[in-house]
Amino acid sequence: MSDRTRTRTAAETTSRTEADPMSTSSTTSSTGTPDPGGRGRDTSGTARHLALSQPRLPSWAGWLVAAVAVAAAAIICLSLGWSIAGGVVLAVVIFAVALPAWSAAVENGRAAKDRLVTTLVWSAFGLAMVPLVSLLFTVVKNGAGVIDGQFLSYSMRNVIGPGGGIYHAIIGTVLVTLAAAVISVPVGVLTAIYLVEYGVRNRTARMITFLVDVMTGIPSIVAGLFAYAVFVLFFGEGVRMGFGGSVALSLLMIPIVVRSCEEMLKLVPGDLREAAYALGVPKWRTIVKVVLPTALPGIITGITLSIARVIGETAPLLVIAGSTDSVNTDLFANRMMTLPVFIYYSFTQPGVPAEYGQQRAWGAALVLIVIVMALNLVARGLGRLFSPKSAS
Amino acid sequence: MAKSIDVSDLDIYYGDFLAVEGVSMTIPARSVTALIGPSGCGKSTFLRSLNRMHEVIPGARVEGKIVIDGQDLYGDDIDPVEVRRQVGMVFQRPNPFPTMSIYDNVLAGSRLNSKKLGKHRSDEIVEKSLRGANLWTEVKDRLSKPGQGLSGGQQQRLCIARAIAVEPQVLLMDEPCSALDPISTSAIEDLIHVLKSDYTIVIVTHNMQQAARVSEDTAFFNLAAAGKPGNLVEMNPTRKIFANPDEKATEAYISGRFG
Repeated sequence: MSDRTRTRTAAETTSRTEADPMSTSSTTSSTGTPDPGGRGRDTSGTARHLALSQPRLPSWAGWLVAAVAVAAAAIICLSLGWSIAGGVVLAVVIFAVALPAWSAAVENGRAAKDRLVTTLVWSAFGLAMVPLVSLLFTVVKNGAGVIDGQFLSYSMRNVIGPGGGIYHAIIGTVLVTLAAAVISVPVGVLTAIYLVEYGVRNRTARMITFLVDVMTGIPSIVAGLFAYAVFVLFFGEGVRMGFGGSVALSLLMIPIVVRSCEEMLKLVPGDLREAAYALGVPKWRTIVKVVLPTALPGIITGITLSIARVIGETAPLLVIAGSTDSVNTDLFANRMMTLPVFIYYSFTQPGVPAEYGQQRAWGAALVLIVIVMALNLVARGLGRLFSPKSAS
Repeated sequence: MAKSIDVSDLDIYYGDFLAVEGVSMTIPARSVTALIGPSGCGKSTFLRSLNRMHEVIPGARVEGKIVIDGQDLYGDDIDPVEVRRQVGMVFQRPNPFPTMSIYDNVLAGSRLNSKKLGKHRSDEIVEKSLRGANLWTEVKDRLSKPGQGLSGGQQQRLCIARAIAVEPQVLLMDEPCSALDPISTSAIEDLIHVLKSDYTIVIVTHNMQQAARVSEDTAFFNLAAAGKPGNLVEMNPTRKIFANPDEKATEAYISGRFG
């Protein structure tokens, strides 16, 4: 019997809100209040009925409140002359107040809290997306027009004004980052193996963990100065070479590789190690043939993300790799251009007229973002490729 | 190819904590010995000390003697890796290697040690071990599929096949059926009956009926009190333990009046 009443009240709510959306809250409060009372009377009367069903807002309630909130915010903004950003914030606030209030009136406190928190979480997500989308949009808008065959295959040698390209910077970035990875990956992975497999509960391991944490926080310019100082010892004042940049980048990369590999190795179940030991497999073979393959997808992802992290570093490369207009494929001699440094110089010293240099900077920024994105996709692909296949 | 094990005055420690105290027993060859007792009394710890798996845990150590074939397992010149090749182990939870196929899992003992085996010899070992573990007919058509795609009972039998593929002298089983349903349990118990003609088997179990069904001898472990080390209360032929035990505590445990 109570079920039937509730359906009827819900239907009434529906028809009334459809007829007159602006009077939503007053309608629901009038139909919402008698309902809990009715339920209470019902349970005390029969004393057997279980109140498992609850009054629910219709599924389109969220959309309706959103529409009302947007409309209300638009009216207020137009009348007060606010900007669009202010209007969006106002609409979100109205939505975050109205929907939980309506829900509290019709449904119950728990549902209202659920709707409130859902709204907050989605707002936070939206807020976090704003800079990302805006950044991508700006870079694509300004950079997409610049990129063509010439831009990707020419260096900036003897270019004044229009023309030229970033071939030399792409080559430099790829070589420097690759060399940095060649240095950091073995060091990082082996350190992680020591920490997880050999250094459990020992003083050295605790010290290494602490130092790795400290390394994570090294400012990148300091890493660049360190590399410069080291190379000055061997090659004298004013040394510039791509490999120096690799050394500086590897300083930033190693702690990331260590941290991510450590977490991945820790995830390998101890059962598997014991299973291998029990078959008479020595510890090092167990690590190489059981632990590492099992953790491989995670390790690859970690390495790729660390590469993506350092490929955009500017400061250390400014200090040690320097800047040039020509292609240089020798890591160990002379200045080497890299994409971040190219962007920096094209923007701060665009030449005369300034527009060509600035356009090239946007184009290079877009290329850099595409490279990082491609690396992330490759990491995901590799991770999936190497992940243990479970059921057939 | 089975050996008996002589244990004398064995104390097992985790760091400073004495977990098992003063165990002396002889485990006969080509028979099944069951270890029973309440949780935390050191059965599994004792079992793991029989193939030096105990010391994998940091800070764990052992005092006393375990002699197999005239050699003390904890002697100075003993290589624990070699010990584990001779004393195989099956764990409570089935743990096939997730990166390997069924075929490779069976061969894991040789593959992981980079032993070169011809194709023909490998096939032979895989078939023999899987037949030995009573799994051959179920998986012979999908040997290249991942081991983790099997059911729990099949995975456990795969682990047994993996353990017997390296042809050990002794097979240790740490509650091999506790994660399995009655049908898989019965399959594994049948398997134990077959295996005991070739191997010395030591099995830890919480299931009294299982101990009575599969074992020739039973050892009862107990704790004097919480926080005290576990100790061996009584070891006797299974029939005697379940019908007419020497110790009161054993009778109390078996009849369910305790723990």
